[in-house]
Amino acid sequence: MREALEGSQAIARAISLCKPDVVAAYPITPQTHIVENLSKLVADGNLHTEFVSVESEFSAASVVLGAAAAGARAYTASASQGILLMSEVMYNISGMRIPLVMTIANRAVGAPLNIWNDQSDTMAVRDAGWIQLHCISNQEAVDTTIQAFRLAQETELPVAVNMDGFVLTHTMEVIDVPAQAEVDKYLPPFEFSRKLDPANPVSMGTLVDPNWFSEVRHSHHAAMVKALPKIEEIDKAFAKVFGRASGGLLTVEGDKKAKVAILAMGSVVGTMMAGQDEFKDEVGSARIVKLRAFRPFPAKALRDALKGVEKLVVIDRAISPGLGGVLGTEVSAVLSTMDNGPKVYNYALGLGGRDIQASMYKDLLKAIENPKAPRFAIFDADLKKLPPEDR
Amino acid sequence: MAPRSDNSKRLNELRMKHGRPPAGPNEPKAAKAEPTLREQQPRFRGLESGHRACQGCGEALAARLVMESAGPDVMVANATGCLEVFSTPWPQTAWRVPWIHSLFENASAVASGMEAAMKAKGKNTKVLSFGGDGATYDIGFQSLSGMLERHHNVLYVTYDNEAYMNTGIQRSSSTPHAASTTTSPVGAERMGKRHLKKDLLSIVAAHHIPYAASASVAYPADLQRKVRYAMGVEGPTFLVIHSPCPLGWRHDSALTVEIARRAVECGLFPLVELERGALTNIMPIRDPRPVAEYLKLQGRFAHLFKKNDYRAAEELDHLQALADHNIAIYGLRGEGTDPVDTTGVAQVRRGGPLAGRN
Amino acid sequence: MATGEAVVQIAPNPAIALKRGAEALAGAEEPEEPIMIEYRIHGRGGQGSVAAAYLLAAAAFEAGFTCQAFPAFGAERRGAPVMAFVRIDEKPITLRSQVRSPDFMIVQDDTLLLDPNLTAGLNPEGAMLVNSRKPASEFKKSKTRVIAFPATELAVEVIGRPIPNTALLAAFLALTEHVPQKALAAALKGRFAGPVLEKNLELIAKAADTVEKGAWKEKAHA
Repeated sequence: MREALEGSQAIARAISLCKPDVVAAYPITPQTHIVENLSKLVADGNLHTEFVSVESEFSAASVVLGAAAAGARAYTASASQGILLMSEVMYNISGMRIPLVMTIANRAVGAPLNIWNDQSDTMAVRDAGWIQLHCISNQEAVDTTIQAFRLAQETELPVAVNMDGFVLTHTMEVIDVPAQAEVDKYLPPFEFSRKLDPANPVSMGTLVDPNWFSEVRHSHHAAMVKALPKIEEIDKAFAKVFGRASGGLLTVEGDKKAKVAILAMGSVVGTMMAGQDEFKDEVGSARIVKLRAFRPFPAKALRDALKGVEKLVVIDRAISPGLGGVLGTEVSAVLSTMDNGPKVYNYALGLGGRDIQASMYKDLLKAIENPKAPRFAIFDADLKKLPPEDR
Repeated sequence: MAPRSDNSKRLNELRMKHGRPPAGPNEPKAAKAEPTLREQQPRFRGLESGHRACQGCGEALAARLVMESAGPDVMVANATGCLEVFSTPWPQTAWRVPWIHSLFENASAVASGMEAAMKAKGKNTKVLSFGGDGATYDIGFQSLSGMLERHHNVLYVTYDNEAYMNTGIQRSSSTPHAASTTTSPVGAERMGKRHLKKDLLSIVAAHHIPYAASASVAYPADLQRKVRYAMGVEGPTFLVIHSPCPLGWRHDSALTVEIARRAVECGLFPLVELERGALTNIMPIRDPRPVAEYLKLQGRFAHLFKKNDYRAAEELDHLQALADHNIAIYGLRGEGTDPVDTTGVAQVRRGGPLAGRN
Repeated sequence: MATGEAVVQIAPNPAIALKRGAEALAGAEEPEEPIMIEYRIHGRGGQGSVAAAYLLAAAAFEAGFTCQAFPAFGAERRGAPVMAFVRIDEKPITLRSQVRSPDFMIVQDDTLLLDPNLTAGLNPEGAMLVNSRKPASEFKKSKTRVIAFPATELAVEVIGRPIPNTALLAAFLALTEHVPQKALAAALKGRFAGPVLEKNLELIAKAADTVEKGAWKEKAHA
């Protein structure tokens, strides 16, 4: 049913439709409304779940770890510093191959303190071994959340659903909230093959010495690689039931034949699409690559999507100081095996919530017309604000 | 087919003993041996023998006693530490119950999640959470407090060997005053740990949980009674078990139980029970020993017995005062003989049922 | 939250009709593709500016539009300046930027207009509704139309609390007729219940009657 909902409210509804057994979360801006809405659903008797109001994100992650290990469908949500506090547990969850779902309401990481949107938090845990999906709208966030529960249990990997903090979490828009009966049809009851069960005891998280550790890592990596087709398959299955897909591993929007492309993750993709509509007469059309799966990284799909592209702008919503962009660096790495691959311009934008206007589309395409355009820059930084020695 | 050697007969005996059927129809069936007295004892071994703990490990003994009393319908969340490392070197495990280890500081939170899962699924399986003193008194303190406050139905057991033994004997907040560890060494300027042992039991009891108690490997019947009682309580329960570490305390492996007993008898490790924050039971000390009789058996306190060192005498007095304080505040000095005092429990009722609550 | 059923009950689609009507007046035979309308709401923490944005979007949804509403979230406390944005369109809205050149503005606290930059970017063909007892001329700095309306007083009178947002919204929708009052009432029903809802319904009816209906209806797009 179509409703006008705030993103966080919609996510809470989506979670409720997935009938989690255990929810544990600690409030942090801009994830707070998700937790509040879930608490309200529980208080009103509309969501029957064990809601554990933990004392930290660290415990939130630990609680869902324990719950899922014990055979419960488990969910948590966090952002920013909360993700960093969780990071140790996140490695543990994926290392034990425990299937659960987390929403990350993407936010910058301090210092300095900044509560606004970028994607530094999810990038900080890119090596934690989780499936990481990005959404460009609240509809995608709702749909991807439902898909994530199925993906997690079919791959026995944890799934993080990323949605831009404020830009999506606090935005009210029209959302088609799936019907319970359809979600029940799509999402089978939770089963975890290695769950803790006194009738069939297993030991999990044992000490693994150098004789075995490489093999453990290999199997984790292999599981992530095998998750690539799963992500597409589960999105297709979703489309079959609900009539719309969320974009598999990636999709190409805009002019699919253009020789210039813009690649990005999250809500900025939508702004670039709006920018193209508005400015295509001025600066031309571009291929807009909407990357949905960041982990596992769809290297082949990306190379296919960028065939024939001469110049590629990779928009980064996070940086790795001393290197440049994170997404841009990874894209460059996977394109290095491509014959006649595009020249990559990696621009960080909208760090710490700086507004990205539709005109950014035009600015980016104009910038790379210059043969001396830098290959990496924090594109919207105003260096005049800085003392000369910091520029 | 090659003739069967005696080895295969022995193998079969072992199979029978461990409850495993013969491998195939051609295997000779071993005669049913008379079960030994020990086999007749209806006790559950949640933690099997054959693990990699040191000789005389107090923690291994304590964990086995806890598991025997807790029974098979449990699941364990174990913090990082000796117990985790010695019991589960991949691909082996000594656990006969579902067991999970995640991190050093999150056993209580993991247990909270497991318990929430049991609640959600309508199951009664009791969740146990195990940690050493480092995981409990120090790094996992926050998640422990959270679990207690949220009133999860979890029995938390801390095996208190009074230092970070897994990483090689570094001081923890549970290390007793004046004990020497690798991070509180004795030197010209220092007489071991400068600070007091954290009174975690009081802090835990201040959460007003249904049951919090201390126990000692020297008093297994008392320990197991406390486990059984805690198992029957709906809500968070807490047990701290004094578990000597021959390596870290630097004593003979054969002396584990003796040293643990002396710790109780001198008053340095009082055995008490608190319900909803109030003291409800103690184990009286029939004949309090001087603390020196406990300390002198351990290398970690050797510097307190150095001749002609005024600091040694001062610290000994200090520790004696701490023991006297415990005896005074908990009222540990029993009047006359008591069947459940330190001597009675150990000598008269060893292994048997205790009077009083069960 | 309000349900989609209301869409069916409230027809046709007046704001689009408005735009098409304006285009028809300008001599266009076939109305062009409708253009997104952008709104910016200013207020102070505690006045319900974000709630007003959500309500406007929800009302637009009830009337069959796609909508988008979000705050310019700061670490604000009560009394601090707050901004919220609304976009209304017929097709899905992919743009996520803040609204820098709104077609319409609603200002919940007239002291905010002491900052001359507040109205920066406002479409000169657009309009601004100010919650004030002062005459509109006090706030009119350009040819952009301004109407002042004492919403706080009306709110105190009807609901007994100085929260002007619903009254302002009702007056604004009466002026622009972008969304019918019925849709606003439906959006309110999704948010409130009981006496609070009753009082607010009374308030929006009164507020809508206070202003000249359709006065800003002929607004043409830039």
